[in-house]
Amino acid sequence: MSLAVDNLQVYYRTLRGDCHALDGVTFAVADGEIMGLAGESGCGKTTLGKSLIRLDGRMRLVGGGAALDGEKLPLGNDKAMDKFRFHEVSIVPQYAMSALNPIRKVGRMISEVLGARGVSYDETLPELRRRLGLVGLDENVLDMYPIELSGGMKQRVVMVLSTLLDPSLLIADELTSALDVSSQKAVSEMLVEFRDRGFVKSAIVITHDLAVLYQIADTILVMYAGKLAEKAPAETIVHAPRHPYTKMLLASLPEVGVTYSEQRLNGIPGRPPSLFDPPTGCRFRHRCPLASEKCLEEPPFVEIEPGHHVACWEA
Amino acid sequence: MLTLEGVSKTYKTGTFGGKPLDAVRDVSFAVRPGEVVSLIGESGSGKSTIGKMILRLLPPTEGLVSFDGMDVTTLERGALKGYYRRVQGVFQDPFSSYNPIFKADRVLEQVKDGFFPRVPRGEWDRKVEEALHSVSLNPGDCLNKYPHQLSGGQLQRLLVARALLLEIELLVADEIISMLDASTRIDVLNLLGDLKGRGLGILFITHDLSLGHYLSDRIVILRRGRIVEMGGTERVFGNPLHPYTKMLLASVPQLHRKWSDEPDGVTDTSFDGAGELVEVEEDHLVALEDSA
Repeated sequence: MSLAVDNLQVYYRTLRGDCHALDGVTFAVADGEIMGLAGESGCGKTTLGKSLIRLDGRMRLVGGGAALDGEKLPLGNDKAMDKFRFHEVSIVPQYAMSALNPIRKVGRMISEVLGARGVSYDETLPELRRRLGLVGLDENVLDMYPIELSGGMKQRVVMVLSTLLDPSLLIADELTSALDVSSQKAVSEMLVEFRDRGFVKSAIVITHDLAVLYQIADTILVMYAGKLAEKAPAETIVHAPRHPYTKMLLASLPEVGVTYSEQRLNGIPGRPPSLFDPPTGCRFRHRCPLASEKCLEEPPFVEIEPGHHVACWEA
Repeated sequence: MLTLEGVSKTYKTGTFGGKPLDAVRDVSFAVRPGEVVSLIGESGSGKSTIGKMILRLLPPTEGLVSFDGMDVTTLERGALKGYYRRVQGVFQDPFSSYNPIFKADRVLEQVKDGFFPRVPRGEWDRKVEEALHSVSLNPGDCLNKYPHQLSGGQLQRLLVARALLLEIELLVADEIISMLDASTRIDVLNLLGDLKGRGLGILFITHDLSLGHYLSDRIVILRRGRIVEMGGTERVFGNPLHPYTKMLLASVPQLHRKWSDEPDGVTDTSFDGAGELVEVEEDHLVALEDSA
């Protein structure tokens, strides 16, 4: 068991009160598992990813915690977490393309990042060159400024850097969202290869694009309004979902081969509830066609089949 | 209705414009009334540049953009205003399309001030309500609100409603749903489909092949400023002939097919298609390799 998250609650402090962005999530990621994390914007998926590595000033750990390889992560303690960052938990941030320092050459920037962790750049250099080669980058990118690289190349540089110390867990936030379809495919497949080669033990891939997750993830976790909705192997989520939200989300995706005139797709009416004052009971019930009296009570996130967890009374 | 003939655009980049950059090279196609044409290409393929030239936000370097036989590039004052009554655009980011300190529906008011100053208030309000209904917005939900109080889907639909107030004939939709959530983007797509049924021509600019396929009658595939393949949707997607089109189709993530099931080699990107467009069958043109 690589990562075990237990009833994690993270709120944002704002002038309007607490925003309950993450309201009690419990799940586990196995060794060698690539878990996809999907949901609409504002459902708390980025908050979940960020809270596993660094809570920023507005975020407050309210309850719960996480353990990595059996060791409890001190999520609420910024200093104590430092020991784990980059070595054990690493992140490819959202907009990784702008994560590079524009006034440093790539090599110098990497050496500064490694230096801050007490790792020698010169000793890591052969491995760095080898990994750049693996992702199809020439080693002279190290002497280039980020502006000289294309979006896909920058994304690959960030991925190589994030995984350079062989972390146990990699959090990849919107890894491919800003890329063209051809680089999207290359970068996604690269992540799988990194896992296969053991550069990362397990990974959480955060995206809103279920189709990409289906290609690379072993399991998919669907979130809705700060809560977990469904977790199952990718194949099951896509072909036999049980939660009505997952079903409706999948039904609204156009595919090559579907046309407006022949098969009209429908979106999900309404919008997610405000997280400042989240409703009691099932948070999806206002948009759910199956909602009943029972849904006023909060459904538990239970395992209905081995490996398939759902939070819905109807499932 | 709208025709582009041999349109090219060269940007001047570098110090003192010393480095020319050919963004669009010799592009010709047409949009007919009630037809949705998708312009598909990766970043840097010149698709947005083409949209901007049609909307006259940029002058073409060469070639002719014409609308119902009149040359768009030379329109001035009154004639240009008349053109904007018939052709409008909606762009990618709804949040930056609005002035954040103006209420969102002020964009509708500006249409009245600019184009219909003499229409009586009551009649105008009725028109606004009608336009909002046709984009499935509830007037009470979105009038008198600031942009941050509305969702991205609502803002995009409000922009389409603004275009409808002008009784336009052509809408240039530049990546209008790529910033929206999966659960709402399909509603905006369906809206475009309904408008097409009412005779509106739409130029749908996107990088997403499945969205292009869902909506459009005809497809134009761009690569590095050139058209590599174009024709009826079924012909292009059903029988892609250019290696670039095949590569794009193979890279699209889909729910019924895994990348790993594909034979290798389909994603070969070593070609550099710069050939002439040749008609291979009815309504299907491909730029095949010169060497082939």
